[in-house]
Amino acid sequence: MRGLAGIAAFAVAIALMPAFVTSGYALNAMIMTLYAALLGQAWNVLGGFGGQFSFGHALFFGTGAYTMAVLQVNFGWNAWAALPAALAAGGAIGAAIGALTFRYGLRGSYFALVTLAFAEVFRILANTFQFTGAGVGLMVPLSERAADMQFATRAGYLYLILALVLVGFLVSWWLKHSRYGAWLQAVRDNEESAAALGVDVLRVKLQAIVVSGVLMAAGGAFYVQYLHYIDPHIAYGPAVSVEALLAPIIGGMGTVWGPLLGAALLHVLGETTRNLMGDAPGINLAVYGIVLVLMVSFLPRGVMGLLGTRRAARAAGDA
Amino acid sequence: MLEASGLTKTFDGLTAVEGASLHVERGTIVGLIGPNGAGKTTLFALLSGFLGPDAGRVVFLGRDVTGLPPHLICRLGMARTFQIVQPFGAQTVRENVAVGAHLRHRGRAEALAHAERIAHAVGLGAELDKLAVNLTIAGRKRLELARALATGPALLLLDEVLAGLNPQEITEVIPVLRGIAAGRDGTPGVTVLMIEHVMQAVMNLADRVYVLANGRMIAEGAPAEVTSDPAVIEAYLGHGAAERLRRAYGAAHAA
Repeated sequence: MRGLAGIAAFAVAIALMPAFVTSGYALNAMIMTLYAALLGQAWNVLGGFGGQFSFGHALFFGTGAYTMAVLQVNFGWNAWAALPAALAAGGAIGAAIGALTFRYGLRGSYFALVTLAFAEVFRILANTFQFTGAGVGLMVPLSERAADMQFATRAGYLYLILALVLVGFLVSWWLKHSRYGAWLQAVRDNEESAAALGVDVLRVKLQAIVVSGVLMAAGGAFYVQYLHYIDPHIAYGPAVSVEALLAPIIGGMGTVWGPLLGAALLHVLGETTRNLMGDAPGINLAVYGIVLVLMVSFLPRGVMGLLGTRRAARAAGDA
Repeated sequence: MLEASGLTKTFDGLTAVEGASLHVERGTIVGLIGPNGAGKTTLFALLSGFLGPDAGRVVFLGRDVTGLPPHLICRLGMARTFQIVQPFGAQTVRENVAVGAHLRHRGRAEALAHAERIAHAVGLGAELDKLAVNLTIAGRKRLELARALATGPALLLLDEVLAGLNPQEITEVIPVLRGIAAGRDGTPGVTVLMIEHVMQAVMNLADRVYVLANGRMIAEGAPAEVTSDPAVIEAYLGHGAAERLRRAYGAAHAA
């Protein structure tokens, strides 16, 4: 329960922020960090807790974003009504990809490649069809009314993304403290052993990719509401897939706080890079790549792993 | 309790198990021995659902379980350990055992408490918070045992839980196995089918022994009978070995 208290304290602290911080730049930085944390939390469910490394989480992100945009633009739906549909679409795509890959036992790099390929296929499809706005993309009409899930102030968006990140936190916490979470982590560590202990491996993986897909679709839906625009490259391009996996890998895979920590570090790193090197195209990606290699080589358990090791050492010292 | 008949499994033309049958009575400890490569582990995989047999069937607790996936067989009450230990390395001993305990305990707290009881029962009580990767081989073997036991099985298939242990450790584990089979602290006894190379353990524990050689069951009976069976001696020591041994012993007696 201590973990839940920490999450609640974090939520309260962020919720109070707009009372003290008025700078649009600072609020935007918080919003974008929380948004990156949400994508990380989504990836973390399947990759961190489940050990299935997706390289194409843009698939769920883009599906959520496009469902949100298409329903509003083409069908005149209210954004709040479109959100559950977007989440459901993300989950459905998760179930479909999961059924295709896990049933045939695809793991490791094969699974990563298949997710990447599907994301690319969807990018090309979104580029082709008229109802997705083809290459031009879709623009969601500006309204700035809470009833349309748009806000006149940044604070409104901060609360919206905070609410979504809280859901991500609760899911992560639940994975740490439930039978399902124990099964998922067992599958991650050794599928054969898990099956021998009565765990339905296929079912557990399918459930994980659905939950992961729903959370990622929430990220896509938020993106559309915040920036009012989506196109095939933003929705299904590799940048979002990379963003989703970087935060938990840097922060700590399979941990509750890892994605947020990673997202915050990445944000600082991104800003610093931009200040030092200017807006040279692709420079931030090069830096991310270097950081990723360093993390995987020297800190495979992420920054949380570093903290965890010290805590474990202290506990061992006490014993 | 367990009745396997005519089990056959072929891998790319190599017959690993051929027409093997065995019968395990409730409340007994049954040993399965045989030379290396005899097909013992394959037979275990056929019984526990990790492999589907090409022919034959497995009846467990009166139900035909042939071809059922492993997790369903485990739910019915047959748990197995692996010869090559397969711990959830990044998790503690307590968490490892709790995965097994969750089969019959939905709540996290209950499963963790049950895991603790089981860990104490197999002598892992002092290492509950250790990561599984940091256990010694003997510790990992006990962990395999604890996890399987935590699923609350009626029948336990043990694949060489004593292999790789030193004589001291073997002497420690044998009473643990006997305790599991007999049941204690109000827990019901567990029927055991064990693959074992350590003859000390087989002679000590098993009520009956099956001998597998080249995928076929060649002998069955009480441990003492089976180990003096000429067919068994030949399977282990080569063709004609029984005859030579008999002559050698005969000569020794005559002298």
